[in-house]
Amino acid sequence: MSEILEVKDLSVSFDTYGSEVKAVRNVSFQLMKGETLAIVGESGSGKSVTAQSIIRLVPTPPGKFIGGEIRFNGEDLLQKSEKQMESIRGKEISMIFQDPMTSLNPTMTIGKQIAEGLMKHQNMSKKEAHLRGIQLLKLVGIPTPEVRIKQYPHQYSGGMRQRAMIAIALSCNPKILIADEPTTALDVTIQAQILELMRQIQEEMGTAIILITHDLGVVANTATRVAVMYGGKIVETGMVDEIFFEPKHPYTWGLLGSMPKLDKEQEELQVIPGSPPDLADPPTGCPFVTRCPYAMNVCGEHMPSDTSVSSTHEAACWLLDERAPKVDIPESAIVGGNDIYV
Amino acid sequence: MIKYLLKRIGYIILSLFLIITVTFILMKAAPGGPFASERASTPAIEAQMNEAYGFNDPIHEQYFSYLINAFTFDFGPSFKYVGQEVTEIIGRSFPYSLILGLEAIFIAISIGVLLGVIAAVKHNKFGDYLAMVIAVLGISVPSFIMAAILQYIFAIYLQVLPIARFESFAHTILPAAALATTPLAFIARLMRSSMLDVLNRDYIKTAKSKGLSERVVTYKHALRNAILPVVSYLGPLVVSILTGSFIIEKIFGIPGLGSEFVVSVTNRDYTVIMGTTVFFSVLLLVSILIVDLIYGLIDPRINVTSKEGNK
Ligand SMILES: Nc1ncnc2c1ncn2[C@@H]1O[C@H](COP(=O)(O)OP(=O)(O)OP(=O)(O)O)[C@@H](O)[C@H]1O
Ligand code: SF4
Ligand SMILES: [Mg+2]
Repeated sequence: MSEILEVKDLSVSFDTYGSEVKAVRNVSFQLMKGETLAIVGESGSGKSVTAQSIIRLVPTPPGKFIGGEIRFNGEDLLQKSEKQMESIRGKEISMIFQDPMTSLNPTMTIGKQIAEGLMKHQNMSKKEAHLRGIQLLKLVGIPTPEVRIKQYPHQYSGGMRQRAMIAIALSCNPKILIADEPTTALDVTIQAQILELMRQIQEEMGTAIILITHDLGVVANTATRVAVMYGGKIVETGMVDEIFFEPKHPYTWGLLGSMPKLDKEQEELQVIPGSPPDLADPPTGCPFVTRCPYAMNVCGEHMPSDTSVSSTHEAACWLLDERAPKVDIPESAIVGGNDIYV
Repeated sequence: MIKYLLKRIGYIILSLFLIITVTFILMKAAPGGPFASERASTPAIEAQMNEAYGFNDPIHEQYFSYLINAFTFDFGPSFKYVGQEVTEIIGRSFPYSLILGLEAIFIAISIGVLLGVIAAVKHNKFGDYLAMVIAVLGISVPSFIMAAILQYIFAIYLQVLPIARFESFAHTILPAAALATTPLAFIARLMRSSMLDVLNRDYIKTAKSKGLSERVVTYKHALRNAILPVVSYLGPLVVSILTGSFIIEKIFGIPGLGSEFVVSVTNRDYTVIMGTTVFFSVLLLVSILIVDLIYGLIDPRINVTSKEGNK
């Protein structure tokens, strides 16, 4: 598979009241054609900022790009002018957001909101865009699209709005779709439908998807690869199976431990004790050091470097250093095959 | 739609009834009467006039005849200007006020919205500060002082515009500007905060993520949503322009309904007070209704025409 997007050493900060919040620190990852890369991690770990950086939607100020590259088709998106970015957003790279209730313009019909992108990127006339809009609504499973296209967002239910958002995002056949917690605000049944829709569309159109979520169940069912973020850094990446069955990073263990399991007597869900680091003043060493049960002296002072476990699997933890004591995966983080493929 | 309008008109009639009643009570409660300052009249003549105009009738009879007059919009003759019907006075003076008022509303909305949008788009930059300094000045300087300042600058110092009276379009500029100042400043501030709020909404991010240009995002997506609070302010705006006109018309010597109203109050010209009050009230209530209809047009969530919003 060939690579379509490469993020290299990306660092993004926010200037807030005298302090600099280092929301994303030296993040690197690749996205392959047609795959689904899941980015998981707790609230505030920098997932959204990473995603929005890719299409340069981070508000600057207060945000600022400290460094790094975002290579798309071999060109660095961070070097592009605002005008050049306009012809990439919505056309090459699209995004859908967490809350479908607020991410559509309430005073504009769904049809118009779909048509805008088509008219801008594909030079369609109003009429052509309208017809294409109907097709798109049909594609995302909205019944009676001829009627629905003339309606306003408040006449749609939450699930239908997210479908409409997907229609907007896919209208110009983008190469990359970034979905920032697309199902978090929806009911469980609707969640499954939306994920199924995304998978189906990916199959048909070959779109590469970056799926941001903190629901590991969603990850297991949809992702090809996973990147685990913590404290503004990616702490572990690997294929889905590697992350679920051979996790290496204590934070990933914690995440897996907090996931509900089917075949175990569930006492209480294990949550990771403690709270995430203050990104205005993160620890010099491993960001997880304050909560890690295996923390060693070296952890707080020196940043662990990315260590390859396999050709597709990397983790940044001192436990992987050959001088470190050998630690086994804790019982709570062991995942059975039935747990994840629901 | 018809049902909605009928309901609204019903409320308007109810409000009018209350307004008329309160005005009547206030007029009766205040000491003195329309003929009290009439020097030439002897007590005998005064008594005769009171009798002729029905002031000696029982209070409830007076009230009912007022009520009937008000709803048929026949207020009878003025007590002060012999031989003039109240409706004539209103018909003569209202066009001046209407032109002035519409001009002021136009100035307030167009410049106010423009300043507000500039301030929001240039948030925390020079344009923002400049627009907000203008707005704060506009809100804190009362309209009659603004009138004097404008008269001094444009009529006396620069001598480009006439200082008073109402004879041509040029005559309307200064009074309309003075009348517009406060609401303009208010609209600018309202527009700014509403625009700043809207620009942070998720759907603005969505619009940007489609690759739309800054300009399209600001004017097509943000403006229409951000203008809603300004539309709801149009009701109070009409009030502000109406009450402002009482003073401004006096300062500029314009024979409009505002000055007519002020004169009638000092004269205790009961019928004219009643007539202008009812007229102002109708004007206000109808403009509020129109504002609500406009709001419904801009914001599809407020549905006045039907209830078909099926989920
Ligand atoms: N506009 C902003 N101004 C200041 N700080 C911001 C801004 N946007 C994000 N941040 C900070 O960046 C950090 C990362 O935020 P981000 O939204 O990427 O988290 P996340 O992983 O997406 O969390 P969630 O799961 O809650 O969506 C947070 O500490 C947040 O406070
Ligand atoms: S580097 Fe140290 S603190 Fe960080 S996760 Fe590994 S063991 Fe824990
Ligand atoms: Mg987020």
